[in-house]
Amino acid sequence: MTNTIGEIENAACILSVGSNTTVTHPIVGLRVKKAAKNGAKVIVANPRRIDLCRIADIWLRQRPGTDVALLMGMARVMVDEGLADSAFIEERCENLDAFKDSLKNFDLETVENITGVPRNKVAEAARMLAGNSPASILYCMGITQHSHGTNNVMALANLAMLTGNVGKPSSGVNPLRGQNNVQGACDMGALPNVYPGYQKVDSPEVREKFEAAWGCNLSATPGLTLTEILQAAHDKRIKALYVVGENPVLTESDASHAKEALEALEFLVVQDIFLTETALLADVVLPAASFAEKDGTFVNTERRVQLVRKAIEPRGDARPDWWITCQIARRLGGKGFDFDSPKEIMIEISSLTPSYGGITYDRLEAGGVQWPCPSQDHPGTPVLHTERFSTPSGKGRFMPLEYKPSAECPDEAYPLILTTGRSLYHYHTRTMTGRVAGLNVFRDRELVEINPKDAAALGIADGDAVTVKSRRGAVKAEAKVTDDSPPGVTFMTFHFADSPTNVVTSPALDPVAKTPELKVCAVRVEKA
Amino acid sequence: MQKVNLTIDGTLVEATEGITVLEAARAEGIYIPTLCADPDLEPYGGCRLCLVEIDKMEGLPASCTTPVAEGMVVRTETPGVQEARQRTLELLLTDHPDNCLVCSKNQHCDLQKVAAYVGIDQPRFKKLERQTEIDSSNPFFVRDSSKCILCGKCVRVCNEIQGLGALEVMNNGLSSKIITSAGDIPILESICESCGQCVAKCPTGALMPKNYRWASKEVSTVCPYCGVGCGTYLAVRGNEIVGVRGDPENPANKGSLCVKGQFGFEFVDHPDRLTSPLIRRNGRFVEASFEEALDLIASKLNEYKGDQFAAVASARITTEDNYVIQKLARAVMATNNIDHCARL
Ligand code: SF4
Ligand code: SF4
Repeated sequence: MTNTIGEIENAACILSVGSNTTVTHPIVGLRVKKAAKNGAKVIVANPRRIDLCRIADIWLRQRPGTDVALLMGMARVMVDEGLADSAFIEERCENLDAFKDSLKNFDLETVENITGVPRNKVAEAARMLAGNSPASILYCMGITQHSHGTNNVMALANLAMLTGNVGKPSSGVNPLRGQNNVQGACDMGALPNVYPGYQKVDSPEVREKFEAAWGCNLSATPGLTLTEILQAAHDKRIKALYVVGENPVLTESDASHAKEALEALEFLVVQDIFLTETALLADVVLPAASFAEKDGTFVNTERRVQLVRKAIEPRGDARPDWWITCQIARRLGGKGFDFDSPKEIMIEISSLTPSYGGITYDRLEAGGVQWPCPSQDHPGTPVLHTERFSTPSGKGRFMPLEYKPSAECPDEAYPLILTTGRSLYHYHTRTMTGRVAGLNVFRDRELVEINPKDAAALGIADGDAVTVKSRRGAVKAEAKVTDDSPPGVTFMTFHFADSPTNVVTSPALDPVAKTPELKVCAVRVEKA
Repeated sequence: MQKVNLTIDGTLVEATEGITVLEAARAEGIYIPTLCADPDLEPYGGCRLCLVEIDKMEGLPASCTTPVAEGMVVRTETPGVQEARQRTLELLLTDHPDNCLVCSKNQHCDLQKVAAYVGIDQPRFKKLERQTEIDSSNPFFVRDSSKCILCGKCVRVCNEIQGLGALEVMNNGLSSKIITSAGDIPILESICESCGQCVAKCPTGALMPKNYRWASKEVSTVCPYCGVGCGTYLAVRGNEIVGVRGDPENPANKGSLCVKGQFGFEFVDHPDRLTSPLIRRNGRFVEASFEEALDLIASKLNEYKGDQFAAVASARITTEDNYVIQKLARAVMATNNIDHCARL
């Protein structure tokens, strides 16, 4: 997030787009409801009727995958009606003319045709967003998991800059990160192209710094992303894989392909707290300590580094992940893996990661710190981009955009769109929540949400067993007939191993972020 | 903010304009008994226990709804105040079960605390038998209406903090009670999202976690589920987690939690936990020691240094865990093939 969760309460306007906020980030959902109570205008842009629609002033029900058109349409209204924050743009932004030029393709008639949202609603939303400052934009995987996810994010950044909603409290472009420490994993360079602190692996100065610190030679070639790793395993270019705490057999799009890839490996090590679907394929499985059994830090979606403390002893012979990894490294002759504790690891992290420069355990004892925090006396950074953007010129760059349809659109053979998400009561592949009996009382099986019109046409009744088929595979689950799903759109979660939704989802990737298009694929639903 | 000066029990107190007499007293460390007031909730004025005397004001105003004013003179201990409190309390106690020793709220109960402070003579009212209705439909908590004192905290938490409104007070004289907003039905069938915030705020044993056990210590940490990163205290007894409490000081959640953070901890002790390294031998997993497993891994991985190797780290393990995994991939295995499922 560019801003802080607590600030949301004081926003004058909130745009929640591609985020089922109260379900996936319940406490952020509470802040949005509080803001609404305080008088904030709430705009929800979501094909599905989510809980926040109850309190929304405007609900834009765009067709899945048409966000760029919707957001550019809103931008067009702001520009045409002179609602943009020209002082902010003048001082802080660049490339406005090229951007304006690209808006000419987004007259409201075209936007309505693409998105299915009535033109007056698009205009109303644009006026509401531009007219109520500060405005906070919240988004989640409904924006990023598309073959044009990067464009979706840029479209949101364009809107934020156009309305001057960057660099001040209660504004900003705020991705809500799904998992407890996805921010920390990214910050630490658990990514193929960057070292800790997003320092590029192909920059010679950066590489020299890490070579000196770690006492070894480092590869200058960016590595492969998870999806590419699995492809490479499939093609036998990658032969050995070490998987810690992930379950790609269920989370990857086109899951059967992921499983085949892991089976093709010569050597697979999986380290986890449970014998996951992925661990079942391993040659060696290592038992990891759970969050309650170890010290360390998690970094939340607002970049706050917070201490995780050991409360109980690890079960059986389980060990903290960092300890196990260090043992492997040392046996392979690695130097610099003699850490005694996560506290010591953080000392090395802060010495090599400028944005963590001032972060120490002693400081975190008193409460979390939001990076960037370059030095001991720096208070941390609740709001990003207050003076500069992180571009070479320091200016926010408007990005001209085009609308690109999703990679796989409905047709005669596969006439419905399948979009995916989460349930309040479960988390990811249910390795943890599935083992909490009470949570299964609320939800113990996969449901295929389908609009009553589509259900009637297919002769499907609520509770019927159905099969959802795509070009890649088929999955069985129970139908839930509800107009929470718009006509033409079905919805499933990916929590349940016995209805592995990702067997049907699309492997199309965003060309930049390499995020798979989990939010749109074409399916056919039949009575099982 | 404007400051005003007032006197409470003879002590001169400076308070911020707009706060209540109760808040001013609490800030000064002066105890006024209450059952329905809560710093996180709007003033309610329901329990009639926080009554005080204020010069130039008629009757006994409730301190929790009376704003401070310049020159105010407040008395919290007068015969009139004490008499009124006792009457209110006795009314509450007439139909409250008095088998405290077998109640799991024993010693954590606000009603006990208030009763101890106010002091009760032999109750002047005859004890009434109240019909006990237990709703144990929710998998995580039990509602026991016989212990409810109708302070309305649960209703207000669900409205004001959870923004949901799953509960309501049904006013019906002596048989008034809390019901769901969809009527007198089991809570599992209501819109309740099971966040447990009403349970955490209930002053008596009317809303209690199932299988509640006292903890021997609390450990401050962070919820293991979503990216909000709510601050929590794990309640620990022996080597077991017995409960979770939202950290009111944490700026992300300010004490609130969702159902997963509040109740989703029993996976830690699930029998499916991996407790030993496993090595595949002839297609089957066999338990092994760490030494053996690590030696095998090292000897194997030695053959795959470079881009034939990849590591998948995790968005669920700690920052430090991730750091050493990427360092292993880069510095030891000589490859940048390292990723995790950030995109999923
Ligand atoms: S558990 Fe949460 S949602 Fe349910 S009634 Fe209590 S406060 Fe409301
Ligand atoms: S308690 Fe709920 S909202 Fe808070 S971090 Fe955990 S899962 Fe997220």
